[in-house]
Amino acid sequence: MNSDCIVIMGSNMAENHPVGFQWVMEARERGAEVIHVDPRFTRTSAMATKFAGIRAGTDIAFLGGIVNYILEHGRWFDEYVKSYTNAPVIIDDKYVDAEDADGLFSGWDPEKKKYSNETWQYMGMEAKASAGQPPKGEQSGHGGHGGGLSHGEPPEEDETLQHPNCVFQILKRHYKRYTPEFVSETCGCSVEDFLYVAEKLCENSGRERTSAFAYAVGWTQHTFGVQMIRAACVIQLLLGNIGRPGGGIMALRGHASIQGSTDIPTLYNILPGYLQMKHTDDAKNLKEYIEENTAPGGWWAKLDTYIVSLLKAWWGPFATEANDYCFDYLPRIDDDNSNYWTVQQMLQGRVKGYIVAGENPAVGSSNGRVNRLALSKLDWLVVRDLVEIETAAFWYDSPEVETGELSPEQIGTEVFFMPASTHVEKDGSFTNTQRLLQWHFKAVEPKEDCRSELWFYYHLGKKIREKLKESQEDRDKPILELQWHYPTSGQIEEPSAEAVIAEISGRDATGQALAAYKLLRADGTTSCGCWIYCGVYAEDENKAARKKPHWEQNYTALEWAWAWPANRRLLYNRASADPDGKPWSERKKLVWWDDEQKKWTGTDTPDFEEEKPPDYVPDDDAEGPDAIRGDHPFIMQADGRGWLFVPQGLQDGPMPTYYEPHESPFDNPLYAQRANPARQVSTVDEDPYNPVANEPGADEYPFVMTTYRLTEHHTAGGMTRFTPYLSELQPAMFVEVHPELARERGLTHGEWATIVTARSAIEARVLVTDRMRPVKVDGRVTHQVGLPYHWGSRGLTTGGSANDLLHLALDPNVHIMETKGLTCDIQPGRRPKGAALAEFVTSKRDRALRARETAPRVEPGSERST
Amino acid sequence: MSALAQPTGSPAAWPDTYGDEAKPRMGFFTDTSVCIGCKACEVACKEWNLIPEDGRLWTGESYDNTSELGANTWRHVAFVEQRKPLKLDGGGETAELDAEPLRWLMESDVCKHCTHAGCLDVCPTGSLFRTEYGTVVVQEDICNGCGYCVPACPFGVLDKRHLPRKADDAPLSLPLLGKKEDGRVWKCTLCYDRLKGGHEPACAKACPTDSIQFGPLDELRERADQRLEKLRAERWNGAQLYGRDPDDGVGGFGAFFLLLDEPEVYGLPPDPVVPTAHVAEMWRNTAIAAAAMLVGVAAAFVGGRS
Repeated sequence: MNSDCIVIMGSNMAENHPVGFQWVMEARERGAEVIHVDPRFTRTSAMATKFAGIRAGTDIAFLGGIVNYILEHGRWFDEYVKSYTNAPVIIDDKYVDAEDADGLFSGWDPEKKKYSNETWQYMGMEAKASAGQPPKGEQSGHGGHGGGLSHGEPPEEDETLQHPNCVFQILKRHYKRYTPEFVSETCGCSVEDFLYVAEKLCENSGRERTSAFAYAVGWTQHTFGVQMIRAACVIQLLLGNIGRPGGGIMALRGHASIQGSTDIPTLYNILPGYLQMKHTDDAKNLKEYIEENTAPGGWWAKLDTYIVSLLKAWWGPFATEANDYCFDYLPRIDDDNSNYWTVQQMLQGRVKGYIVAGENPAVGSSNGRVNRLALSKLDWLVVRDLVEIETAAFWYDSPEVETGELSPEQIGTEVFFMPASTHVEKDGSFTNTQRLLQWHFKAVEPKEDCRSELWFYYHLGKKIREKLKESQEDRDKPILELQWHYPTSGQIEEPSAEAVIAEISGRDATGQALAAYKLLRADGTTSCGCWIYCGVYAEDENKAARKKPHWEQNYTALEWAWAWPANRRLLYNRASADPDGKPWSERKKLVWWDDEQKKWTGTDTPDFEEEKPPDYVPDDDAEGPDAIRGDHPFIMQADGRGWLFVPQGLQDGPMPTYYEPHESPFDNPLYAQRANPARQVSTVDEDPYNPVANEPGADEYPFVMTTYRLTEHHTAGGMTRFTPYLSELQPAMFVEVHPELARERGLTHGEWATIVTARSAIEARVLVTDRMRPVKVDGRVTHQVGLPYHWGSRGLTTGGSANDLLHLALDPNVHIMETKGLTCDIQPGRRPKGAALAEFVTSKRDRALRARETAPRVEPGSERST
Repeated sequence: MSALAQPTGSPAAWPDTYGDEAKPRMGFFTDTSVCIGCKACEVACKEWNLIPEDGRLWTGESYDNTSELGANTWRHVAFVEQRKPLKLDGGGETAELDAEPLRWLMESDVCKHCTHAGCLDVCPTGSLFRTEYGTVVVQEDICNGCGYCVPACPFGVLDKRHLPRKADDAPLSLPLLGKKEDGRVWKCTLCYDRLKGGHEPACAKACPTDSIQFGPLDELRERADQRLEKLRAERWNGAQLYGRDPDDGVGGFGAFFLLLDEPEVYGLPPDPVVPTAHVAEMWRNTAIAAAAMLVGVAAAFVGGRS
């Protein structure tokens, strides 16, 4: 709302986040530039002041082009970059850039297909590996904050940014080839459109103005998704747009509380508050765990207080110093253990039971067939949802039952469907994009035997404990000693959600609620279920439930709900003031140093130690927050700076570099290494890949394909396809194609088309539209095929599942699938039915793969890329 | 408007007929320049007013599968894909393959609550009436389904509800006031019940971008004039008000619009006229014709005798 320029990229914000989009509209009305960069012209593009169309999956080329534009034209925010980022830091001279090694950074191990990050470190600094163990690869998604620093300040810097191995110069060299012409040829946009976007961003950044980025899964769901977001970070740090009002990078969330479900994680590799999950290979005890995961400087240095308080919240009086606060009770992960890894294990019969809640993998996950076949190998499956979704009905109603691959008689999986109550039938909080915890109150009782998640897990836990109560086994102690007592109410004995949030928020030894995470202790005198949520329930008040209207307070609205951490609405907002603590400008002031009161103040809660003056310089032996200088705003990083170059925490390079999607019709214009070398590829036969680029057989799947959501439906459709008012608004699965592609392939508007990949084929109604634009890449016109992914076989409106077409190549950092850019073919007419469907898909695939065998691609990063 | 007849229920009678209970005339200003096409208005309207599903027909008309206003759709969002720049001096995209920039217009249509409402004029049962807020409402317990109002609406808003009767039709999932057969006429009530409770209509409440604004008509007209001025200054292509003018063929709309192209682009009549405007003239012509015929017949007899 306070932005002067908003770049929406990797997101269709108006369609998928219409409520949040009101703020963008408000900014536009105040005169802000609203730019949409996307493969499709969507309802967001229709609202934007500028639309630039690109080929799906080429965002890093576009963003890298902006970095180059900033550096070539001297448009960076010099004072910000020098003081607040790691631009001056000198990097190990053994570091080799991908630009100098045909697409591979130094440290690549072609055998393991993994990077070692030893050469990416700050010069003169031992990697953390020497002190303990580096975070396991699969755990790095939310970590790496220590940066391998043994203490806060990097040893070698060049304030003039001239040293050839300082981050700034490395950056300059790395993005040198990302010229406007390169962007145009790779992305398929015009040079003018690219320059317009780059110039608007620069114009609207600096002391007086700020620009924001907004992205969603259009960025994350790629084999290099994390690096796309990183590319925006580099831009925003160079332009000085982080930690300032109207700046930042908004990660738009696709569900009401998907932010909440990473904070209090449903992820396998982290504990609440982004603490590392234990791995079988490391941390024999609590002391080792703390040593391995603690950063030398910044607030991650206080990790011991977070983990001990968490253990106290879970095991209460049983957690004592003598028994390591029950640290051994925590489970350990022993491998990747992520979603798609688990599904592949399941397919091989190695997973016995599966609880699916609030998810519909039979429709919503990549390669639906793999997911459904995997479900058929389980002993038991529990599905908790509002209605009997495809995942619950896979055993009698699925494409595989139609083709005869599966039959109800032969499936051994015992399926339990547990009806769930909706959000209006229970109390609880949603944590949104802005880290705001907003409470919702139950409006009506759940119907019949529908129950809330809280009810289900609480009573399930009680039943398990009841069954185990006589047990003397050590292995049952973690369950029997768990603090599992919540007040319940009503006939159905609904547990109190408020009691749960109070427990998460934390208490001291006397049971008094804690006001803030800085009060947490590592001596067992405090308990806290999630350190970043500490203080949400304080002074006898559930602060998430505050609903003071905006007209009764200033625009930061600190008394509307509660934001983690410590009710700060803007992270790193120390950066809204200059190094001396003064606002960069009157127009963009938010938090500043009050020299009279000797503290930080402003319209937001300062995200900085309140009394640390701007000129504070730590001693060499300072630790934790004390090791952060008074003019370094990034308090979660060991060196207090924003990282243009990432020495630790990423699996696929310290800086974003351009790779093609796993499946694409093109070669990498920069490197022999076509795709991300570190991407994960699946190991199961049921997940074959289309030939790519110039490989023989690639012409079987010549078009770029992308999947997406519509306003009218929600993800895999469980909440919307069963609702008449929403089903009638988008009543059929359709495919969007450009008129030229329709002509080329003989597709008729309103008739049927079949879309096919090596995995599967689906049918959809044809929507011919100019909005689905072709791109001219590398001199040739390439068409893009657009598929919404909401449909399945059940509900009021049914149709082919676009996700059946997808593959399981994943981003190496967070194991997310590539839904936004791959290849396919499209043909007129309905797909073959029954067994003929499998035959159709297989014969086309065999043709393609046989052709590829004649001249398969070999890339530097691995024996075979595909 | 002096040329118009002043039929029963027209503004001449309103608000005086309400005496002390009269309220300022309320209406909608639908500003399509900020409509994001989310259709929350359609859904909120149906939820609040318990309107049955309108059929699950995929039309292929851009993202519009509702197609038009009707007995079971009281808000309808039109989608128009165009090759036209959004603003007169650029914006949009300049990619080589696209000669003209693309524009995607969205407009949430609704009953216009006309100042001179044809539907109201022809209703023989008094089911249609003008409320104390100046809005036009069908009373479902009085409507006998005669359908006279259907052709009397220049916008095609009035529509009889037809319920599925075939055995293989999908069952309706909503309670329909205890009736299986309907045949009555249904349309937007401007949420008469909500207004009485001091709430804004459901569609306006749900609209995330304030494209649908609700309020006293005088205020809305003033706001719309300012908005138009701003858009014209910003050189928006085709910005114009539709139905704001009290001197048009229906005496101005109670629910009027800011459009970004000519009304017919959105499927709206460019110059709507209340059909009953011609009633007096029609009767006069009929009388003249009848008189002429009488004269003719008389002349024939006279002539025959001669």
